[in-house]
Amino acid sequence: MSRETSELTCIVCPVGCRLRATVEDGQLVEVQGNSCKRGAAYALDELCAPKRTVTSTVRVDGGFLPLVPVRTSEPVPKDKISQVLLDIARIKVKAPVRIHQVVAADVAGTGIDIIASRSMGRANAPRAE
Amino acid sequence: MRTVECDVAVVGAGPAGLAAAARAKQCGAGRVILMDRDRELGGILNQCIHNGFGLQLLSQELTGPEYAEHFICEAHDAGVETMLDTMVLEVTRGRHIVAVNRNEGLMQIDAKAVVLAMGARERNRGGVIIPGMRPAGVFTAGAAQRFVNMEGYMPGKRIVVLGSGDIGLIMARRLTWEGAKVEAVLEILPFPSGLTRNIVQCLNDQGIPLYLSHTVVDIHGEERVRGVTVARVDGDLRPIPGTEWDIECDTLLLSVGLIPENELTRDVGGELDPVTGGPVVTDEMETSTPGIFACGNVVHIHDLVDNVTREAWTAGEGAARLVSGQQPGGATIRTRAGDGVRYVVPQILHLDSLASRDVRLFMRATRPAERVQVEAVVGGEVVFSKFERVVRPAEMVVLTIPRGKVDPGKVSPNMAIPTTVSPDHAEGGPQPELVVRITPRDGDTAAEGGRKA
Repeated sequence: MSRETSELTCIVCPVGCRLRATVEDGQLVEVQGNSCKRGAAYALDELCAPKRTVTSTVRVDGGFLPLVPVRTSEPVPKDKISQVLLDIARIKVKAPVRIHQVVAADVAGTGIDIIASRSMGRANAPRAE
Repeated sequence: MRTVECDVAVVGAGPAGLAAAARAKQCGAGRVILMDRDRELGGILNQCIHNGFGLQLLSQELTGPEYAEHFICEAHDAGVETMLDTMVLEVTRGRHIVAVNRNEGLMQIDAKAVVLAMGARERNRGGVIIPGMRPAGVFTAGAAQRFVNMEGYMPGKRIVVLGSGDIGLIMARRLTWEGAKVEAVLEILPFPSGLTRNIVQCLNDQGIPLYLSHTVVDIHGEERVRGVTVARVDGDLRPIPGTEWDIECDTLLLSVGLIPENELTRDVGGELDPVTGGPVVTDEMETSTPGIFACGNVVHIHDLVDNVTREAWTAGEGAARLVSGQQPGGATIRTRAGDGVRYVVPQILHLDSLASRDVRLFMRATRPAERVQVEAVVGGEVVFSKFERVVRPAEMVVLTIPRGKVDPGKVSPNMAIPTTVSPDHAEGGPQPELVVRITPRDGDTAAEGGRKA
């Protein structure tokens, strides 16, 4: 049986609680210092399968701006981030773009989509047509 | 010159202006006009493509553009009129605004209430006085953010970031993710200026070293930055001779603080707070000039947009109340930053407001501390306090005083002062103040905080 206690800073929200979490055989057995229950879930994820939301931009053809910001629809495993970024670099979309439109499905085999973080119209329309 | 009349005019369409305009309209103001010099609504949120916005207010983790779009839709739905590419040149005490844009030329906007929401500017190289050459490749972090996230340019390939403000931390990760090498982040203070979560996910995750108590003492390169010399600093923030070393880089980003943009506020002639750099405001977010309100980074620098929106709602409600003639009047008391507190906003509280509703105070700690009580003191008596496990200068502390905690009857009449008069800090006599202080919690054991998963 492996039992390990780690010090972590929770990044779920800007409060940044400092956690002391103990994991035994892939199970969280104790967490201290969290001020909400999301902290416990974060500690388990962070110690057993760390994940991050990836945010970036993709090129957009004929848009108000040359780029539209995007993000992963959910946090992706940390070890997939490089591949996710490489995949994002290859995406190109056409204006107009709707907010939360899927610009690439199932990125890097994670089952998670890349979605637009804003609406973008054509040349003279910042957010709408 | 065309003259436009409206109930509420809002200057600046970032998160503060958007929320203030929408809320004023929702609270019954007639015509509400929202002006911005940029080509679209949303302000700096549009370039903040990272996540972490809206957790407190909307219970979801949004990126800056999503947060902006939420409040742009709300302003449109409320019936706010917008004027883009419009530069406000002057705001007068009488609430006449002179503005200019390409289609209309000069115009005058006469408003019953004005909300100032111009935000802040970044401190630049001139503001921190770094010796050395003046080559290309020195950018503020926010300028680099706009290049990378909105224009599609990379500022460089090997980056050093001076200052551990949030924008610098966010850009360290962003540039790493776009293929640049971030060599180091340097912070002159012995503690980080940015949020802890950003230290973790932007630096620790990417393996970028953070050097506390360090600064840049020289910039090398003639046409383009070739490197910087860094040194450790002493307790007075002076570089320690003999501790210098060189870092090769082609770009230096500065994340060394924001300065509230108060040129228009100064024109109006209201009282400014020397610590925040912004106007002195009441619990309605009204400045010391009647009918001129202010909210967001123009008042004091925030670290969370959620708090900007909350503050802007207060300003919007205040402006709507003024238009409908329902503003609170009567006596006020001053707030003052006591031990452990650098500043408090708002600086002026109506006794009526304290009696009739919850009043939110925003403050910053002077230094990091653990297990403290944040206390509001009137006439030597603690009227309300709350426990905080950790306070850090980088993270704003909010103390919401529940209504009725400050009994107007207990505040002696000579403690209360009219809004427009400066406080009398005479020693000895009754202080017309509500003092906020952060004090260590005595005799405390580590009983609190531990929770089983």
